[in-house]
Amino acid sequence: MAEQKRIDEATGTSTVGHEWDGIEELDTPMPRWWLWTFYATIVWGLAYVVLYPAWPMIDSATKGVLGWSSRGDLAKEMAADAKRRAPTVNAIAATAIADLPAKPELMQAAVQGGGAAFRVHCVQCHGAGGAGVRNLYPSLTDDDWLWGGDLAAIEYTVTHGIRNPDHRATRASLMPAFGRDGILDAAQIGDVVSFVRTISRQEKPGAASARGASLFADNCAVCHGAGGEGGRQFGAPKLTDAIWLYGGDRDSLTTTVNQPRNGVMPRWNNRLDPVTIKMLSAYVYSLGGGEKGLAPETAGAVEEQGADGQP
Amino acid sequence: MVSPEDLSGQPAPLYEARRGVYPKTVTGPFRRFKWAIMAVTLAIYYGTPWIRWDRGPYAPDQAVLVDLANRRFYMFQIEIWPHEFYYVAGLLIMAGIGLFLVTSAVGRAWCGYACPQTVWTDLFQHVDRLVDGDRNAQVRLAKGPWGFEKIAKRTLKYLIYLVIAFWTGGAWIMYFADAPTLTVDFWTGQAAPIAYGTVTVLTATTFILGGFMREQVCIYMCPWPRIQTAMMDEKSLLVTYKDWRGEPRGSVKKAQAHPGAFGDCVDCNQCVAVCPTGIDIRKGPQIGCITCALCIDACDGVMKQVGRPRGLIDYCTLDDAATEKAGGTAQSIRKTLMRPRTLVYFGVWIAIGAAMLFSLGQRTRLDLAVQHERSPLYVQLSDGHVRNNYTLKLRNMETRPRRVAVTVSGLPGAAVWTEGGTREGAGQTVILTVAPDSVTRLKLFIAAPGAGPARQDFAISTRGLDGDPRGDSDIIQFDRPEPGQ
Repeated sequence: MAEQKRIDEATGTSTVGHEWDGIEELDTPMPRWWLWTFYATIVWGLAYVVLYPAWPMIDSATKGVLGWSSRGDLAKEMAADAKRRAPTVNAIAATAIADLPAKPELMQAAVQGGGAAFRVHCVQCHGAGGAGVRNLYPSLTDDDWLWGGDLAAIEYTVTHGIRNPDHRATRASLMPAFGRDGILDAAQIGDVVSFVRTISRQEKPGAASARGASLFADNCAVCHGAGGEGGRQFGAPKLTDAIWLYGGDRDSLTTTVNQPRNGVMPRWNNRLDPVTIKMLSAYVYSLGGGEKGLAPETAGAVEEQGADGQP
Repeated sequence: MVSPEDLSGQPAPLYEARRGVYPKTVTGPFRRFKWAIMAVTLAIYYGTPWIRWDRGPYAPDQAVLVDLANRRFYMFQIEIWPHEFYYVAGLLIMAGIGLFLVTSAVGRAWCGYACPQTVWTDLFQHVDRLVDGDRNAQVRLAKGPWGFEKIAKRTLKYLIYLVIAFWTGGAWIMYFADAPTLTVDFWTGQAAPIAYGTVTVLTATTFILGGFMREQVCIYMCPWPRIQTAMMDEKSLLVTYKDWRGEPRGSVKKAQAHPGAFGDCVDCNQCVAVCPTGIDIRKGPQIGCITCALCIDACDGVMKQVGRPRGLIDYCTLDDAATEKAGGTAQSIRKTLMRPRTLVYFGVWIAIGAAMLFSLGQRTRLDLAVQHERSPLYVQLSDGHVRNNYTLKLRNMETRPRRVAVTVSGLPGAAVWTEGGTREGAGQTVILTVAPDSVTRLKLFIAAPGAGPARQDFAISTRGLDGDPRGDSDIIQFDRPEPGQ
């Protein structure tokens, strides 16, 4: 590599003096405005260092005189968004849940907001999209409900939970452990299972199911209904349909009668505000299984009637 | 430029100050052509947003509008949605190939005539002449001391620069919102901050790039001269000083005194005086030459005065230059332009344009996109049926509300209903009203008997119920529990 500066003939410009395999570089002078631009960037950089967080310290950085931070930006954006959502949230708060479907825009907003809350608080058990987990947690998307699937019933369940020991208003019931506690013996349990599988059209009637029918009438019908149609005031599942939370085959049913699960759901009124619960309920309702509820005042009358009908 | 003397003594300066360029007024066919192009391009730029175009009550009535907020691009009767951005990509490809075509045929014609930097620089140089006078007056004023006259003229000139620059920046934002509304909003302080910011930035760049940087942009900042140089070949037209005809230079008097000793160039320096980038074309092809051809006009004028044939400086290809130098005659201009390379470029350019126009005519205006919900894949219903959930996106690209039938076919015993509806009384078709010029997104529930294959393909199709029945159709899967589950 020869260090030989020379004047390039074609351009009249000096070369830098290096040569690589016959290739040389022209030492074209920079335009002066470029130099000014360079000084301007230095000034900009100095100003930036003073105004914004710049020098890394041991566990943070210098604050900068503007006091800017990305967390501050986030807080501002969150506040602005809360302000944006406030009218909708207030409107939802002022609307009785049963009246939401009559206001499609409000209902849609509630479903959106509920979906967001569901993804934070509910998916751990009920799964993404409310699909449920087999043998553990019920699906929220089907048309079979233990405690009722209209908006008001869902809201009550979310608010007060199921079988919460510390809460009086919680949904509560207890299926006895017929096998474990010796209420029925193994043969009797087999007969009851046969009967249940008959009314759900999984088995043909036979001697066992005939024996099971009277056992069912004595032990089970009080909650599950005479025909196994279920009882929502006790969260007693319908036994005649195709949906089984803990399985509808012989083994699963035997296990259930021996030792029922009596599943638990936390109440949410001590963790979430009423508007979020309302939106959550609207979301669960929208998953496909929502039942048309009665108008609020008649619904109350029906509930009273049901309470009267209890033995 | 560094002179050889610098090497022996002082080191060469690292930075070079800009040398003033004061182009002289010139007349001629190329100057007139530049006037025409300037008038047309500026008229298009400033005027286009003000053209109105009636699209009915649901769409804006501006002929050319880039509606970023609503993600629509309107261009006369064409409306582009974001998912059709490939049309814009196609336009960019056409622009690219168009540049190949123009460059291979007529060299840096883009630089010389149509580039915004050239057009605005030209405009600002006319302002210089209007305020300061022609070349000599400009040089005198630049070198003269700061007195009342200079301050007054500079103030006036920069003020005119600023008005043009502001008008340029202001015209830009009109492409992104309804122009009359935005104008009122802008002057009453109600426009978006981004509008003021954009106008400020573009005013500043126009003022600086057009008023002061000028040829520095072409020589130092712009990559195009380098790229275009690479795309030219020996058959591309470029502005050439025919040195074999012009050299050696000598004045008319010298030529009369020594007949035959001198070439046609009378060394009048007019070609240098009119050059907007301040170069000497007689040094041969160079990066600073934007091929605006004003030196051709200047030289032709002088040649006419001294009674010599025109074209001492002229558009000429490298091949023709070699031929003429050897005493031959150059190819006809038609033959130079119509050669395989330019014809192939032209063919590709036309083909892309035709393909885009064809596909624009063929696109459906009622699009359907169905997504099968994965969580859960299927839902067991209490009566033994199975339900699947789908997310339906109905894209109504017409600017009117539409009634649409969504039909399920190929799924026996299916019942279909939408969000808010119920399974009772559901059939295989739902009728929906979709909003104009928007995407309607809703949940679709489909229940079918539980007995059947675990995975079954079926079709969902849309059909317009209001005049135009054309729609779209999608094949999608219906899932059931695997046997044994």
